[in-house]
Amino acid sequence: MSPPLTSPTELRTLRQSLQRSKDGNRPCITLCAGTGCQAIGASEVVEEFKREIKERHLEEKIDLRASGCHGFCERGPLVVIRPEMICYVNIETSDVSQILTETVLNGKVIDHLLYRDPLTKEKIVHEQDIPFYKFQRRIVFGSNGEIDPTSIDDYIAIGGYQALEKVLSDMTPEEVIRTIKGSGLRGRGGAGFPTGEKWEACRKAKGKEKFLICNADEGDPGAYMDRSLVEGNPHRIIEGMIIGAYAIGSEKGYVYVRNEYPLAVSNMRRAIDQAKDYGLLGGNILGTGLNFTLKINRGGGAFVCGESTALMASLEGRVGEPRAKYIHTVEHGLWDQPTTLNNVETWANVPIIIQRGTDWYTSIGTEGSKGTKIFSLVGKVNNTGLVEVPMGITLREIVYRIGGGIPGEKRLKAVQTGGPSGGCIPERLLDLPVDFDRLQEAGSMMGSGGLIVMDEENCMVDMARYFVSFLQEESCGKCTPCREGLQQMGEILTLICEGNGREGDIELLRDLSRTMIDTSLCGLGSTASNPVLSTIRYFSEEYEAHIRDRRCPARFCKGLIFFSIDPEKCTGCGACLKACPVDAISGEKKEPHRLDGERCIKCRACYEACKFEAVTIQ
Amino acid sequence: MPLDLQPVCEIIKKHDFKRSSLIDILQDIQAEMHYLPQKALIQVSKSLDIPLTRVYEVATFFKAFSLEPKGKHTVKVCVGTACHVRGGARVLSYLENQLGIKSGGTTEDLSFSLEGVNCLGACALGPVMVVDHRYYGHIHTNKIGPILKKYQPENR
Repeated sequence: MSPPLTSPTELRTLRQSLQRSKDGNRPCITLCAGTGCQAIGASEVVEEFKREIKERHLEEKIDLRASGCHGFCERGPLVVIRPEMICYVNIETSDVSQILTETVLNGKVIDHLLYRDPLTKEKIVHEQDIPFYKFQRRIVFGSNGEIDPTSIDDYIAIGGYQALEKVLSDMTPEEVIRTIKGSGLRGRGGAGFPTGEKWEACRKAKGKEKFLICNADEGDPGAYMDRSLVEGNPHRIIEGMIIGAYAIGSEKGYVYVRNEYPLAVSNMRRAIDQAKDYGLLGGNILGTGLNFTLKINRGGGAFVCGESTALMASLEGRVGEPRAKYIHTVEHGLWDQPTTLNNVETWANVPIIIQRGTDWYTSIGTEGSKGTKIFSLVGKVNNTGLVEVPMGITLREIVYRIGGGIPGEKRLKAVQTGGPSGGCIPERLLDLPVDFDRLQEAGSMMGSGGLIVMDEENCMVDMARYFVSFLQEESCGKCTPCREGLQQMGEILTLICEGNGREGDIELLRDLSRTMIDTSLCGLGSTASNPVLSTIRYFSEEYEAHIRDRRCPARFCKGLIFFSIDPEKCTGCGACLKACPVDAISGEKKEPHRLDGERCIKCRACYEACKFEAVTIQ
Repeated sequence: MPLDLQPVCEIIKKHDFKRSSLIDILQDIQAEMHYLPQKALIQVSKSLDIPLTRVYEVATFFKAFSLEPKGKHTVKVCVGTACHVRGGARVLSYLENQLGIKSGGTTEDLSFSLEGVNCLGACALGPVMVVDHRYYGHIHTNKIGPILKKYQPENR
């Protein structure tokens, strides 16, 4: 069957023929080529594999697939050899020849390329046995490693567009909406609004036309699951949107993606073109009379555009300023027409729910939060990367079982969730089950899924100051409480971090927070105080140390620390002297060095360069 | 040197003179010229029949746009949360010191522009810096010198 496909049956026939032509025993080398792995040399490794395979005339014997992100970014570049699922980590171009000769052609495992569990010191051969993967539930993200995101055939062969086929052959739009409602799916962008309800309201709303939007303007710092989904499996998002279009009655959709994500933009653009060529987008989709077109819009780099009304303003070519919430976008959204906006991960869940049914989907998760959530587990944790876990799992399981704990001998202090609208959860609450409602009770929120782990060297007052200054810069300035409130909070927090805090500052911060929560126009302002309130709630002693004792317990705040060199420990190796950008360090070789406090800019270059722990911070 | 507006006109034409494509058009101009020259903004305003004040409003609201010429190489340092907890801010201040410019500035010889950006989406590899389109992960202050050297004029 050759595209364009003109009926659901033709799509099924194509899938069957693609599946038949796949030889399950043929070796396939899958390489992660997501942005993360590319940053550490994956593109060069891919090229080297291509070159070697060509040179050794192995094209007929083995497949090479550059896939999207597998999630285990810390150990990249990653290679998985199928069908055995042998996983090699931290690959370099010099390993390529050996992998081909020994593993792919002769089935031998190369010991030094295997993942070594930092806790048990054991080497692990198969991907599925690595604790990082073993304790995940990868229903949305898992197929990233199975397909080449630039190939629609790859997606169709693993069962892609099967949900669409089902919807168009045996379901009414109302049935689709009932299914999504029944699944309990809640918006993965952060607020957790029930998706089915949103769809239903939009379907019922009256308008000349209706619009769908996929929000891929992933602005929360520390979160990158949406990027990895768009890069690694764009067709699943498109499939979700076509199903949405059928259910809601829309003919036009937009994917609003960050311009800072060039690979995501190009993979999505290619996927849309392929879907058009296959008759899955455009007019009369699969001969069923359904019309739906999809367009990409690149964001302009404004955090506030993650807010739905600001995003819509920017889609209309205006500045991204939000408007008051009492006008609902499902009735009056883009160009004043009914509009459904969902986040990338929400759209990607749709085909899975349709295909596997609500009973299966609702068996995963907690009472109020069904399904899984992808988190970006980052910061001070051994196995950083993207993890997909069932809702309700505890933070402790995520950080220790999957994340492999905290590097060095350091102690975990807090986990930050929910981005700049979220909060810091202290170590003693690590057994908190992670879902929409419990996180909110703890003064944080789910947000888009950043989990930033912090250890004893991170100052919680500085974290509050950091988020406030982030938001201060990103506030659009339209409403006074957000614009002025953040400005004042920023000044107070900066003074505290510099050692110039005053008694009563904490109460003042609380006061400002209350006003901002009650009176800000949009979510950015009304949640902006969460990082401040949650750090005051759980770490008031750190605030007090800064204000009363002029001391930063984490030894982080520049205004409150001094660097010096311990002459007992200094070997005079000169590493610090070379690292110092301002020539504040002097001394002869093999003699203890001295640090000139007047010149020192406290950049920590010396602290990081010293191998003998001779640079001390007080 | 008078500014050649030909590419600007072509970009506007490519987007069918659509007013709703204002942001797309400005993005394409920014990509082509590395900044938004005043004359280009005036041309956009005329061709799309949008008041110049609104074009200016959009051009100054979004971070993707710059009204000043940028350096040959753009160094972006991620100061998103994940990079921040691993010392992203220190990387930025170290670079400010090395290049002798503040974040957002351009060196006098127009060889480098420096930007602290909110999140580059490579959080697992923090701290991250990006020179032009090349990502560098796990950056420490002592790794910066050799990277910058690759892009310095005498080595080109």
